[in-house]
Amino acid sequence: MSTVVEIKNLGVSFATDAGAVKAVDDVSLEVARGEVLAIVGESGSGKTVTAKTILGLLPETATTSGAVLLSNREGTRERDVISLGKQQLRDIRGTDVAMVFQEPSTALNPVYTVGWQIMEGLRAHGEVSKKEARRRAIEMLGRVGIPDPEERIDHFPHQFSGGQKQRIVIAMALVLDPGLIVADEPTTALDVTVQAEILDLLRRCRDEFGTAIVLITHNMGVVADLADRVAVMYQGKLVEQAPVRELFAAPQADYTKALLAAVPHVGHGTARAAERVAARAEGWAGAAPVVEARGLEIVYPGRFGRPGFRAVDGVDLVIRPGEVLGLVGESGSGKTTIGRAIAGLTKVTGGSLQVLGHEMNGIRERDFRPTRSRIGFVFQDPASSFNPLLTIAECVAEPLVIHGRAADAAEARGRVDELLEAVQLPRAYGDRYPHELSGGQRQRASLARSLALEPELLIADEPTSALDVSVQARVLELFRELQQEFGFASLFISHDLAVVDLLADRIAVLYHGELVEEGTGAEVLGAPSDPYTKRLLASLPVPDPVEQAERRAELRRLREAR
Amino acid sequence: MTATTATSATAGAVPKRRLRDRLPVVHQLRQSVGLQRGMLVAGLVITGLFILTAIFAPLLAPYGFAQLRGEDGAFGSQQAPSAEHPFGTTVGGYDVLSRVIWGAQTALLVIIVAVIASIIAGVLLGLVSGYFGGWFDRVLVVVCDAIYAFPSLLLAIALSIMISGGQSSLWGGILAAALSITVVFIPQYFRVIRAETVRIKAEAYVESAKVLGASNGRIMFRHVLRNATRTLPLIFTLNSSEAILTLAGLGFLGFGIEPTAAAEWGYDLNKALSDVTSGIWWTSLYPGLAIVLAVLGITLVGESLNDLADPRLRGRRRVAQAAGQVAETSVVPGGTLSAGPGGLDGLENGESFDEHGIEVKR
Repeated sequence: MSTVVEIKNLGVSFATDAGAVKAVDDVSLEVARGEVLAIVGESGSGKTVTAKTILGLLPETATTSGAVLLSNREGTRERDVISLGKQQLRDIRGTDVAMVFQEPSTALNPVYTVGWQIMEGLRAHGEVSKKEARRRAIEMLGRVGIPDPEERIDHFPHQFSGGQKQRIVIAMALVLDPGLIVADEPTTALDVTVQAEILDLLRRCRDEFGTAIVLITHNMGVVADLADRVAVMYQGKLVEQAPVRELFAAPQADYTKALLAAVPHVGHGTARAAERVAARAEGWAGAAPVVEARGLEIVYPGRFGRPGFRAVDGVDLVIRPGEVLGLVGESGSGKTTIGRAIAGLTKVTGGSLQVLGHEMNGIRERDFRPTRSRIGFVFQDPASSFNPLLTIAECVAEPLVIHGRAADAAEARGRVDELLEAVQLPRAYGDRYPHELSGGQRQRASLARSLALEPELLIADEPTSALDVSVQARVLELFRELQQEFGFASLFISHDLAVVDLLADRIAVLYHGELVEEGTGAEVLGAPSDPYTKRLLASLPVPDPVEQAERRAELRRLREAR
Repeated sequence: MTATTATSATAGAVPKRRLRDRLPVVHQLRQSVGLQRGMLVAGLVITGLFILTAIFAPLLAPYGFAQLRGEDGAFGSQQAPSAEHPFGTTVGGYDVLSRVIWGAQTALLVIIVAVIASIIAGVLLGLVSGYFGGWFDRVLVVVCDAIYAFPSLLLAIALSIMISGGQSSLWGGILAAALSITVVFIPQYFRVIRAETVRIKAEAYVESAKVLGASNGRIMFRHVLRNATRTLPLIFTLNSSEAILTLAGLGFLGFGIEPTAAAEWGYDLNKALSDVTSGIWWTSLYPGLAIVLAVLGITLVGESLNDLADPRLRGRRRVAQAAGQVAETSVVPGGTLSAGPGGLDGLENGESFDEHGIEVKR
């Protein structure tokens, strides 16, 4: 038997309040031994449901048809997961197939040591002495790259970093030596530089342990980096299946082509930025900046008796009228804090921050409130940035009503309709409630709301990171058009270099609260001078398997040089 | 922008959800299945009977609540059930059936006054306290904890003495009972609304209102309050049953409403205490049964609403193997960038979400 798992005509339906909903429709797949199969698709395409079926992890509301034939590592036994009872499912989980979850911080139980959690799997399957289990757990921790495993085995999850936690989750999956690992978006919650390390580890799982991996992801860069074969899913159906190089070089299905075209590449925005610079009027550089930070410091107060947390440390930056500044950094680098400080949501504790002529250090909310009409803000998660009980039209009308441009939502409707059209939403959508719109539509409505007062400054805090690639492309395109039309200055915050590159005139890179590099897209991305920027750029997987292999070698060289 | 004008007309309005799907209890009734539905229906029937009895008490009751004599003279005390007095008469010479029916009216009035007063006070305090925080919040939380720590009946007794001061007219008695219950219930509403407010305060839509420059009052009442009140119907029903019990408890201990002011089940039970030992069962059975049924009905409604509000507890019919349509989960049907910017046809048009957020093709 050369296949680890063979999925035959799988169909999954869920019972919902609105009746039956089919999530997976007639999907057939197989994974060979030691192979990495990536399942890609947008959210709701059924990729996670398909993968969970392999472990029999579907909720009780699901009904399944078809067959999922899973064989053990030696290939001596084959069982149909769908027809197994609960006891039998427990037997195969961990020994034949294991899972790596998306969010390492929630996959580990905070009240037990990591060693205990790894040993739990060992002890659940068969008689292993405590000593032997501990020995194997230590060995496994060492193999997944945790330094000093003898000592760290007794540490609790919170004592590890996010990347290390994901290594531990992978160690838990590997400890029983399963033939197959299902990895559900294993790197989505991690920073780019950490992501590269985890991808390396997963590659080693395949090469050293001979484990097959089913990788579920929406990131085409990750696919290009790790996968041997790719299955593209769309609306519950399998659209295309091909070896990775073939798929990226010559996609067959229209959907795959469109999906690949929507992935942003680093370097595509440079030409556009140059065009914009050329089109600027003379004397533009001398105009009064919209935002000017000098030695900006933001410290979050610590708990009683402890020093505070310094989120932003001595940052200088300038945003001139009509300019888009892209702010890039990993989680915890302080980029969102800067955005919130500019909007007056977080207090400035040191240095100077001038926003539209107001000094934000020590400003009172009452003095700043009138200025708020000149600032727009787009939030990261479109799902939560709308009041669920107001219609879209009422939400978009809020700024107009608050600043006295209209008496109530009904009076503002004309302007709201114009705004909705500006962001390419039909007028009738104004009567819908936020949950009746998709993520991309909501983010557009969010743009419409932030533009309602025609602000001079728009702060966009990761506006596309919660969206699928295909939707992200359209929202970014829209953002660019609107920026040209309205001419607002903008602070565009993102962790994704490729996204920032598409839009920004200048890019600023933050690392641990400090500004490490700033310049035009061509300067920062073309010839980075700071070692961190170099590493960040090299860690970013590109959606092209051939090029990615070269970059991987380059990254390894960078890391060794460090 | 001109290209979109044409297409926006074709998008059409989303049909409004029908009235029967939007009414709070009716919607849940339609949604429920199996045992949960049985519980809800039983609760609704009992509660409905209770409310109808209360409203039509003057028509239903054969005699007045304080009536001692009919056309043929006095009723006599501790009379066994008979044609004139189906449930018998009490030691004080009142008709038990009439007292039980009129008692429903008192109970309902007390519930309404107590719950409305505690909702208004509790919600306002919780909202302000949760939104602004600071020392005001800490003081209120400590006070509420202190009230929790107090035996609620003792508190109600103390308050009823303070409020009525020994007087007991109909409304004086009802207000005394209701307000003493109110004080016990305010902390519940306060805590729930405060917790919700603290959570909602951190939601992006509240921050977005702040960024827009909305005033605190506007944020509190337009954005926070309406989203924080979702669990209120549940506490409301559960508290109503508790209110009946507290009222009965007060009456039983002699702090309730005088029999000449209004009929009250707790008071009647108290007076029936000595009857039990002498084999007179009817004076205690019927008021007791009334209390049990009223509490049971309201609790059943509350508990099943509670279960139905949680999608994880809500029962559903199982679906046939691989049944149903594939949901239109994709946001861009038919390819991602096939239409140019400005062209909406075939892009994010046509599909829509139903009330549960599942996308369906219309």
